[in-house]
Amino acid sequence: MASKGIAGKVAVVAMGCSRFGERWDSSADDLLVEAVTECMTSVPKLDRDDIDAYWLGTLSSGMSGLTLSRPLGIGDKPVTRVENMCASGSEAFRNACYAVASGAYDVAMAVGVEKLKDSGFSGLLRQDPPGDGTAAELSMTAPAAFSLLDPAYCAKYGVHAEQMRDAMTHVAWKNHANGAHNPKAQFRSPVAKETIDKAPKVAGRLGVFDCSGVSDGAACAIIVPAEHARDYAETPMYVRALSLVAGSGRGAMDPGYDYTSFPEVVRSARDAYQQAGIDDPRTAFSLAEVHDCFTPTEIVLMEDLGFTDPGQSWKDVLAGDFDADGRLPINPDGGLKSFGHPVGASGLRMLYEAWLQFRGEAGQRQLPDPHTALTHNLGGRPGSCVSFVSVVSGEASY
Amino acid sequence: MTGLVGYASYLPRYRLAGVDIGLRRGDRVVAAFDEDSTTMAVAASADIPGVRAAAALYFATSTPAYADKTNATAIHAALGLPADCLAVDFCGSGRSGFAALLAAANTGGLAVSADVRVGRPGSADEKLGGDGGAALLFGGAGPAIAEVIATASLTAEFLDRWRATTSVTGEQWEERFGTERYAALIRAAVERVLDTAGLPGADHVVLTCPNSGIVKRAATLVKGEKSVVTSPIGFSGACDAALALCSVLDIADAGQTILVLSAVDGCDAMLLRTTTALPKARQPRPVTAQRAGGLPVAHLTYLSWRGLVELEPPRRPEPDRASGPAAGRSTPWKFGLSGSRCDACGFVHLPPARVCKGCGATDRMSVIPVAGLRGTVATHTVDYLAYSPSPPVVQAVVDVTGGGRFTCEVADAEPERIHVGSTVGFTFRRLSTAGHVHNYFWKARLDGKRDG
Repeated sequence: MASKGIAGKVAVVAMGCSRFGERWDSSADDLLVEAVTECMTSVPKLDRDDIDAYWLGTLSSGMSGLTLSRPLGIGDKPVTRVENMCASGSEAFRNACYAVASGAYDVAMAVGVEKLKDSGFSGLLRQDPPGDGTAAELSMTAPAAFSLLDPAYCAKYGVHAEQMRDAMTHVAWKNHANGAHNPKAQFRSPVAKETIDKAPKVAGRLGVFDCSGVSDGAACAIIVPAEHARDYAETPMYVRALSLVAGSGRGAMDPGYDYTSFPEVVRSARDAYQQAGIDDPRTAFSLAEVHDCFTPTEIVLMEDLGFTDPGQSWKDVLAGDFDADGRLPINPDGGLKSFGHPVGASGLRMLYEAWLQFRGEAGQRQLPDPHTALTHNLGGRPGSCVSFVSVVSGEASY
Repeated sequence: MTGLVGYASYLPRYRLAGVDIGLRRGDRVVAAFDEDSTTMAVAASADIPGVRAAAALYFATSTPAYADKTNATAIHAALGLPADCLAVDFCGSGRSGFAALLAAANTGGLAVSADVRVGRPGSADEKLGGDGGAALLFGGAGPAIAEVIATASLTAEFLDRWRATTSVTGEQWEERFGTERYAALIRAAVERVLDTAGLPGADHVVLTCPNSGIVKRAATLVKGEKSVVTSPIGFSGACDAALALCSVLDIADAGQTILVLSAVDGCDAMLLRTTTALPKARQPRPVTAQRAGGLPVAHLTYLSWRGLVELEPPRRPEPDRASGPAAGRSTPWKFGLSGSRCDACGFVHLPPARVCKGCGATDRMSVIPVAGLRGTVATHTVDYLAYSPSPPVVQAVVDVTGGGRFTCEVADAEPERIHVGSTVGFTFRRLSTAGHVHNYFWKARLDGKRDG
């Protein structure tokens, strides 16, 4: 038994991404049309009838494939709705890639969408089945769940609370600075560190600027067999690894788990690196788009993804290692923090930044000669989560 | 009649400042937003060693959490009592508390009473009441700490105090009317019970009454050789007499008589004599220690807890009501805080699981009760966004001593005192109420010098 992956078998030949934000003027249907229209326009050699199958990722903006087939007027094609919490967009992409790699379809589309701002409530809403009322998730919001990382990390590594605060602030400051150069981002202004520090508290020591933007948006990708990719696009994006791990929830019950890491992320990264043949994650990537749902998450992810040593991330963050001009740019598009987090769209939005960077279309954010990117997408919370990692490259033979 | 074998009282930790409610000095004991008569009954009962051997459970309150549904069953489940143990409610007034006491003394069993006394802002009830619970265990294993010598009951119909069934606050006639009626009833009950016992008087007298005129005159109405005590926290409804009795059991010597007088719509009397077993079987924390200290709560916050004002909630949806069948399946966990421990590898699952997260063994689990254990905070937070009847929600990941971990709310929280490594116990609370269904579950409660 082994996770063999599909390295080199499929490639992305077109992508689209809506503007993210509080899209009071747009329904989920509108957002889907916006992303898919951009995508189709960018690939003149394909039209809608050429797409053989669709996967749609959404947490709560609709049920079934009809959520996509109806607004797009897709008739008589397979459309599958998938859901893996905040990793739903990545899950749609993963399934579409496998469908093409299997030979079942020539052309597949992965789409992600979320319409969050119609609920009238703050943050994400849960749709739990009827239960006994004891689940911790019921009375603990996502920011609170991720804020648990902060005191645990400080206690384990002897990091002073102020130092950790500075590192969290740096993450928010960096991602807002990156997002300021992104015309599709929800937040397009740099934010001063002092403003971040003094923001009203949401949970634990997390202020509003430590939390990702609650956002509406959609994104999509067209996937074809790698050998046909250049028939449709001059610079396709090749899929080298796709890994997904759903944890057993052990951490939430196991005193051996210390809330300074996501074991699910460590395992999915290891799997992805093995699929892609990556030996040193510190040097393998030109950029990484990671799941910065809250600032301490990004700090911990740097360690779990092998970008730095355990206990070292907060120092590297403060040293600017992960800034746009650092040794490994993290979330150059602004990340969940500034681009916004329309749950089902986020995984595809991460891939969209890699796509733009490889094609030299990232505008003010353009990195010099990017060749390989990692995307990391997380659903759930510390102690009990799903983790997705992909590795994509701008060249087939990289 | 069976003997009294154990007792314990529970006073909630919160205090309303006297200055907020028109008291010249001191404060008022108030239940937290997540406490009700059921949860406080659990808290009092759980402090009695051997409570799980109770032959029956009689629960008295004037503020039941449910009507048309037995409240004692939740207490029964939280205490982990066996299915063949009768558990019933005595709902009504202060008199119900005495009835539970009589029933338990007659049959053996646990008489537990608890009340949340609510008065209109500015009222005497707000000022002079108190919230709490008390439990008295009769019969069963272990030596008696007190024997019942005699009882007497006088019943009288007159209008001193009443409350509409739909109202949270009550009313009283002109106080002097009730005072006069009660004074006569008390004198008659004392004469009758002492006659039956063939005693000239008692060492300690406990006199409780919802009429404050009687409470003020207690020492002149009845003589006690050693003491005459009234409610230690102000009128506390169904638990008033039991709570006052607990405070006397905290200090009485062996071989002394205690005359309990509960004057509510009549006057009930129970005369007890303590035994040599009492000094070694007192409750762990005396009533006076529980009464001292406490955490201040702002008057406005308190009024919101009682539904007398509505504060702006976080912009979050209210929770769904807990599912009856789901709660029914998980009763040992939800009410009893029992998990499962893998027989193969020892991994503890909270809540219980069938497949071991440690080794994968299936259906090889033993029950592990956690409610009486202690724990250590692994990490913690304050959630300003979450819905709560009283935001913000304080939460902690708790590692249970001896194995197991779960995430729960922290009750009576002082967030500034919580840190990684803080030690906690567990307390049965009402998380929220939705669709008129109370969502009961356990919370962690920080150890500390400011225990109420």
